[in-house]
Amino acid sequence: MLAYTIRRLLMLVPVLIGMSLITFSIIHLIPGNPAQTILGEQATPQAIAQLEEQLGLNEPYLIQYFDYVGGLLQGDLGQSLRTNADISREIWPFLAATIELTIFAMVFAVIVGVNAGIVSAWKQNSLFDYTAMLIALIGVSMPIFWLGLMQQWIFAQELGWLPAFGRSNPRDPVETVTNFYLIDTLLSGRPDQFWNSFRHLVLPGLALGTIPMAIIARMTRSSMLEVLRSDYIRTVEAKGIHQMTVVYRHGFKNAVIPVLTVVGLQTGTLLGGAILTETIFSWPGIGRYVFDAIGNRDYPVIQSGILVIATMFVFINLIVDLLYSYIDPRIKY
Amino acid sequence: MKKALFLSIAAGTVLTFTACGDNGDTNNTETDNNAAETDNNAAETNNNEAGNEDGEEAAQPAEDQTLIYARGGDSVSLDYASVTDGESSRVTQQIYESLLSFDEDSFEIGPGLAEDWEVEDDGLRYVFQLREGVTFHDGTEFNAEAVKLNFERWADPDHEYHFADEGYAYSVYGTQFGGFEGDDGHVIEEINVLDDHEVEFVLNETLGSFIQNMGMSYFAMTSPAAFEEYGSAINENPVGTGPFQFVSWSKDDSIVLEKYEDYWQEDLPKLDQVIFQVIPDNSARLTSLRSGEIDIMDGLNPDDIDALEGEEGIQMFERATNNIGYLGFNEDKEPFDDPEVRRALNHAIDKEGLISLLYAGMAEPAKNLIPPDYLGYNDDIDPYEYDPELAEQMLDDAGHAGLEIDLWTMPVARPYMPDPERAAEVMQANFADIGVTANIVSMEWATYLEQTEAGEHDLFMLGWSGVNGDPDYFFGNLLHSDAIPGGNRNFYRSDEVDSLLDQAKTSIDEDERVELYEEAQEIIHEDAPMIPLVHSIPVLAGSENVQNYVPHPQTSEPLTEVEISE
Repeated sequence: MLAYTIRRLLMLVPVLIGMSLITFSIIHLIPGNPAQTILGEQATPQAIAQLEEQLGLNEPYLIQYFDYVGGLLQGDLGQSLRTNADISREIWPFLAATIELTIFAMVFAVIVGVNAGIVSAWKQNSLFDYTAMLIALIGVSMPIFWLGLMQQWIFAQELGWLPAFGRSNPRDPVETVTNFYLIDTLLSGRPDQFWNSFRHLVLPGLALGTIPMAIIARMTRSSMLEVLRSDYIRTVEAKGIHQMTVVYRHGFKNAVIPVLTVVGLQTGTLLGGAILTETIFSWPGIGRYVFDAIGNRDYPVIQSGILVIATMFVFINLIVDLLYSYIDPRIKY
Repeated sequence: MKKALFLSIAAGTVLTFTACGDNGDTNNTETDNNAAETDNNAAETNNNEAGNEDGEEAAQPAEDQTLIYARGGDSVSLDYASVTDGESSRVTQQIYESLLSFDEDSFEIGPGLAEDWEVEDDGLRYVFQLREGVTFHDGTEFNAEAVKLNFERWADPDHEYHFADEGYAYSVYGTQFGGFEGDDGHVIEEINVLDDHEVEFVLNETLGSFIQNMGMSYFAMTSPAAFEEYGSAINENPVGTGPFQFVSWSKDDSIVLEKYEDYWQEDLPKLDQVIFQVIPDNSARLTSLRSGEIDIMDGLNPDDIDALEGEEGIQMFERATNNIGYLGFNEDKEPFDDPEVRRALNHAIDKEGLISLLYAGMAEPAKNLIPPDYLGYNDDIDPYEYDPELAEQMLDDAGHAGLEIDLWTMPVARPYMPDPERAAEVMQANFADIGVTANIVSMEWATYLEQTEAGEHDLFMLGWSGVNGDPDYFFGNLLHSDAIPGGNRNFYRSDEVDSLLDQAKTSIDEDERVELYEEAQEIIHEDAPMIPLVHSIPVLAGSENVQNYVPHPQTSEPLTEVEISE
């Protein structure tokens, strides 16, 4: 297991190098002079020349690339062109916001999705099964911006139950330590703020979790159907063990591997920043951070943002792989 | 909490119903001359007080004086002079003040941190008397040394607080004062501290817009002690003299400011807390306004204006126009070198149609380059009326019937051009009516700007936004032959206009400037280097209990007088 983990970690090195190469070249494939784009239509030619000089855009690509990687190795993600801030410092609050939202959305998606899937398989062809799978089908195909706007309209505007934007009440800013608001509010001993931050998570979390929930439900159902038909389940049942135990303990444990794969992939995707959800709910997450940077041609931010997202995706996959062998010891490498 | 807020809005609606009408009138007030001199501080204050009384008659101030201002994007930096985006100055205008200030809804200049000023040596020397008893938010005193330090740090790239190595650039300073220290065009020769509250600027060349520049939010005063303390991190730790002081900034989320208790204006500001909240999606922002979570929102969809008209609990604000959207000709290309062709095409565009289709009526048809309430706007110009038959006839006479042209269309929306693609289609149809085939050409934004600068285009769509209310910022950058290559993408060269603009730029006699600009506009109109399309009017929406909010054409305004009623 340890040897495998080390081997997998070493295999990441070429992947990471490849990623840095790709992010670096994407930027240079975009047409137009970056300096002109950054400064816009009211820029003077002198200002453009000055900025080109400052950014080292006149250097050969190879030198620009090595400068970039050299910085990365020292933990330097570069400086934002727009705000002049160090990206390695600036990026964390955005990343934390996305991670918090992702965890909330995935917890919701897994709890609802897995249970709906299990019960649907258990009571196959029942009314519950049909209803759950219909909802799952709608959930998969729902345009998320539409769902988000509807949620806001109903729960924020009409009913006034839940806030429509942001991570906390702007009138009462959260004191940030970790930038995970649910943790920070508890650290500063403010249960009222904790509750408030939780309420802010609900709408974007549900909107973001809907698609993964639907996918997980469908995957769990089909995986469970296969397992429930197998011989050992019939044996267990014959022993007179309670149905519930049969399904959840003996059944689900063997059906969990494909579900875990889906959960891992979905988590990775959400961690990449759900730009639509983050935009509609004004969630200051990594997706919007990178998206805004693209709009402003903030090259270092685009490069580093994509790199960070890709790295997280790679590590999530690694964790999922390692979990396989933990859950099912028959899986050996 | 939410319910209480909702109720207070409903109550506010009833109470302030009359106040709404008043507000509407204030917003529509036309300012005939933005640069008329006001050295009368008292008159201005009286006006403001009168305004407040009106508000108070209608509604009592609410207990929670927190205003949440929602906008589409975050500030880039709170070091105001190093950036030019409107979202930065929207916030820094609350924290910082300049030597002079603009009137609440026009570019009319008045006292700010300087109580009074004198122009001497025919405009080569300006002496400012600074207000006494003004303190920065860190408790240090505002004085003449602070003024000198602030200006010198922008002017001198080697200054220890210019932060050139950290990537800071003060391009607005360069644009407004003819460059930086050591440059040929730089007009400020030296700044002298005469005494603690008197400072003198010595110029080596007169600059017509000097006084206007002093009112710009880009040239506000930062505490010298703060530079020492924060260094280049001043962009996240702003310390000024303004009505509100900085509390916190959560990037891409919110900036929180609170009332500065020792503010030099008695009993101001009225708000205790101001929050600038980022809500990127226009619809979500409107939902948040309707649910009472925010108080004012910027960036209303033109399509939503009709729906909001008369909606309970909501009021709308119009910002005076400060831009131009235009269709320019490339005079270096045939047949656009022929003024008759350019005039003919000027008759072809239905500006009113464009305005009702794309701006929901919130724009004025343009006949000159500068917005209507600018100094020197020539209202006697007779616009090229929309007349397709005449246009076709003129084109035929010029020998270019059935012309085929490339219509370059900008790929991004701008305040002056909210939907360029649709605008292009409308104009394409207009041209088709006179037998001209227009092919819509579009490309990536940077490429678009580069190629039009290089003169690759026939007709191109673009615009310009004003900064300090001075006409030179429009004329000098867009139609002076010195701006080739650069902002003059029309490749318009007129010695006559150049000389008029040069004189107007350096003149400090207002009447003379007006005459010069009026004459220049006549020649420009006759030469028709462009089709002026529209001056757009940005619309904002707010909760009915926001009082005394007056949008400024500069794209943002200090919220000193604003208050929330119950």
